Amino acid sequence: MFTIIRDLIRYNIEFAIGLAILLLLIGAVILSFFSPYPAADIYVVPPDMPPDAEFWFGTTSRGQDNFWQLVIALRNTFAFGLAVAFLSRILSLVVGLTAGYAGGRVDRVLMAINDSIMVIPHFPILVLFYFVLKDEMNWLMLVLILSALGWSYDARLIRSIAMSLRTRPFTTQSVYSGMSMRKILVEEHLPYVMPIVFATTMNNMIWSIGMEITLSVLGFTDVDTPTMGQIIYWANSHSALISGIWWWVAAPVVAIIVLFIGLFLLSMSMNEYIDPRSRLNRMGS
Amino acid sequence: MQTEALLHAPEAATQPTLVVDRLKAYYTTKAFGIDRDIRAVDDISLTVAKGEIYGVAGESSSGKTSLIKTIVGAIRPPLHVVDGTVRFNFSGQSYDIYDMKPDKLQAIRWRHLSYIMQGSMNVLNPVRRIKHSFYDFAFAHMGLDRATFWDKVRDHLRRLDLDPGVLDSYPHQLSGGMRQRTTIALATVCTPEFIVADEPTTALDVIVQRDVLAMLRDIQRDLGSSFLFVTHDMSVHATVSDRVGIVYAGRLVEEADTPTLFRGARHPYTQHLVASLPKIGDTTRRASLPGRPPSLADPPSGCRFHPRCPLAMDICSREVPTMTNLTPRHRVACFAVTGATP
Amino acid sequence: MAAYMIFVARRFGQLLLVVFLGISATFFISHMTPVDPVAESITAITNFGKSDPEAIDLMRKTLTELYGLQGNLFEQYVTFWSRLIRGDFGPSLSAFPTPVSQIIFRALPWTVGLMISATLISFLLGNTLGALAGYYRKSRILKILSLGLIGLQPIPYYVLAFILLILFGFVWPVLPITGGYEMNADLTLSFTLVLDIVRHSILPAMALVLVGAGSWLTGMRALTSNIVTEDYVTFAELGGVGSTRILRSYVVRNAIVPQLTGLAMSLGAIFNGTVITEIVFGYPGIGTLLINAVHAGDYSLVLGLASLSIIGVAIAVFLIDILSPLLDPRIKAE
Ligand SMILES: Nc1ncnc2c1ncn2[C@@H]1O[C@H](COP(=O)(O)OP(=O)(O)OP(=O)(O)O)[C@@H](O)[C@H]1O
Ligand code: SF4
Ligand SMILES: [Mg+2]
Repeated sequence: MFTIIRDLIRYNIEFAIGLAILLLLIGAVILSFFSPYPAADIYVVPPDMPPDAEFWFGTTSRGQDNFWQLVIALRNTFAFGLAVAFLSRILSLVVGLTAGYAGGRVDRVLMAINDSIMVIPHFPILVLFYFVLKDEMNWLMLVLILSALGWSYDARLIRSIAMSLRTRPFTTQSVYSGMSMRKILVEEHLPYVMPIVFATTMNNMIWSIGMEITLSVLGFTDVDTPTMGQIIYWANSHSALISGIWWWVAAPVVAIIVLFIGLFLLSMSMNEYIDPRSRLNRMGS
Repeated sequence: MQTEALLHAPEAATQPTLVVDRLKAYYTTKAFGIDRDIRAVDDISLTVAKGEIYGVAGESSSGKTSLIKTIVGAIRPPLHVVDGTVRFNFSGQSYDIYDMKPDKLQAIRWRHLSYIMQGSMNVLNPVRRIKHSFYDFAFAHMGLDRATFWDKVRDHLRRLDLDPGVLDSYPHQLSGGMRQRTTIALATVCTPEFIVADEPTTALDVIVQRDVLAMLRDIQRDLGSSFLFVTHDMSVHATVSDRVGIVYAGRLVEEADTPTLFRGARHPYTQHLVASLPKIGDTTRRASLPGRPPSLADPPSGCRFHPRCPLAMDICSREVPTMTNLTPRHRVACFAVTGATP
Repeated sequence: MAAYMIFVARRFGQLLLVVFLGISATFFISHMTPVDPVAESITAITNFGKSDPEAIDLMRKTLTELYGLQGNLFEQYVTFWSRLIRGDFGPSLSAFPTPVSQIIFRALPWTVGLMISATLISFLLGNTLGALAGYYRKSRILKILSLGLIGLQPIPYYVLAFILLILFGFVWPVLPITGGYEMNADLTLSFTLVLDIVRHSILPAMALVLVGAGSWLTGMRALTSNIVTEDYVTFAELGGVGSTRILRSYVVRNAIVPQLTGLAMSLGAIFNGTVITEIVFGYPGIGTLLINAVHAGDYSLVLGLASLSIIGVAIAVFLIDILSPLLDPRIKAE
């Protein structure tokens, strides 16, 4: 595992950059625990100060220090993405491995449901959830909803790998030696799909964080847990751009882009590592 | 033009159609900074005369396909030419495959040089009808109007025992044998001067295989083309080839006219190949060669055959035997045959 | 032909399943609400003044019926489906008594137009560049172009649209940043109106294309570089077939079917993107309508929009799915 990461850092520049970005952001997350101000407090500093030596990213119209707001939001956003990725990975593993291993009717039924969830547009569903839940729509609720929506694509991917594993000799051997299906899937097949699961984690985080940001900016989430989208929401509701408080908007937008590029680079280089064909193509050029 | 191959060429007076000289081609793979060479073609020289059928034999993974690909200029990374030249002579004009502009090379393909790849059942575009392939490959080369062109194509298909109706089919609608024959038709419809075929019949059953080979041979005789072809099946060489070259671990080890090779092979490996052919009335079990085929990434030193050779001597693991003429048309690379001086 | 009909029948079954699951989800989500939509609506209306208790009672009855909320959950579920099949989503609350379906159909052309044109442009652009980049691997220009588009790919629709809004609204104001046409435009069909509509659609379409093209490009480039190693491509190259012909008829023709499948699978996500982009630019389509409906507490309109989005996307997916076999003769019933 460590040698793989070391090799990736050494020979895959995308991976190295992605990892560096992610470590930087994780550093910021750790820093957020040392924030001098509680996240929800307002008017703790003079409002509308442009960036300077004291307030690195300026202050907001709500009298908050933009820098500390940002690192705290980053922490919440990160936690959100990880939580959704974790839960939805479990779902996609269960569905993908079962469908791929069992085959036949089980596979057809699971994949029919899987494909349906894949094509149903999520955004109207999410808005509908907010519409009926209103104030009950909190951080945890959104994690659960997005996890329930975001597993289908990767379940299909895992299924295709599980299908090829099923025909390998070691599976047949385990079947004849009387292992239960659960045991075979967990002990024999899981290790093979884990690298893919890691790579899809990054993509899933990009997706769920993107959704969260969109919903936050529209004010469709719990407005009191600061996230990246939340900051833009407050900036918009104070017409920050029109009144020239550009740093209030620029800081979260730049942070989001950096975060996404980091995740994307990691996912891309991991996919490449997993799929030797694309590696061969790189070499050929 | 004092190349090694020409010195050994059987008819140095008339220009051979193909001259391969000290050709080396390796697969170089770079995985996480470590270079690895697979020496699939290692210092091979040979010539093919006009109208001749030259057969290449050798076990699986000995580098036959790599040799053929390098000769027709069909190499893709990681395979690349390290050294040597490949030269064709068509109608008095000489073409160096690795020293000409890509568009000129493109221009001699199919008109003069056609190549039937290994696995020729899968070389047709799966999503288009066969007739489009004929149009794409041959129309521009033949300089005919459409009606004459299609008449000619239909005639040619009939000659290969194919219903011209295949033109309107998709590849997946044809059987493996029909696809292979279609490919052969495609490769020969422009009456090329040089046909290269890599295991053109391997996937077919024995009866169809005979038919297809007979057809290929007929077409070659009709067109007066030269024909370079690969198969690991020695009995096919016995019936089809004029001359046979034996490849072992990326090197040519023996070459002779077919009768000479089958009656008087000198290299221990060739002797083993010929001896293992089934003979009528012979019931003794054939001795199989000890050991495994060598890895081309890390081949044995000296003569690559030495770990498996019954005649191996000291020098064999130190020095590389070179191809030496026993007679003008019989070459062999073995210290036990030519004496221990390299 | 028979095999194709079986294929179509299967896909149709999948379409029905998507609609069934999606609509059921919509129904159950909307019925697990802790707030009573009828009470909500009444509060919304009585906020404007009159509050005669008898009138309120009458209103409660009427609204319960209009929203299909009489009877137990199962009866409501049946009512929901039967109304849906008749295309009746009840009256809109915020624009009482205009039927919801009428309001939606007024907004639909904007969304459909924006989505189709943006998808078409990004699909063509991404696939063309991807095929070229996969085929001509050494080209500098293609590498830089690809890198640019791929770099934009991870940025969420909202953020990219927002950046475009800032760039063209504040930094370099050359394009209209909000609405589908000029505020007081003369809405009779004329050249100026068409031009106006096109001008207003540039920014939202650009946001969609910039985000979408990158993923088509990556997919197509990967497919192309795998297909060029296929025997039939090598054979055509050795057959002296010209490189543009090979790229078009051998590489792209074989790669386009999986890309179309990809298009069908990601249509839901593309729809999300369109709706979100509309919201940023105040484009008069489904997205803006949805947000306004939420803010106005318009229960029937939100429900109608969610249901219709699911059905619309499912039908579009079905159409793409049944068309792709026409490009690949090998696809049979399976
Ligand atoms: N693309 C490749 N990359 C790396 N090594 C390769 C590649 N293709 C072939 N080789 C290696 O080159 C050697 C020669 O292969 P080649 O295909 O030329 O053998 P062959 O004699 O044609 O075998 P066969 O009779 O099975 O067709 C083999 O050891 C093989 O592993
Ligand atoms: S050179 Fe030596 S090892 Fe090689 S074949 Fe001849 S005798 Fe055997
Ligand atoms: Mg071969």
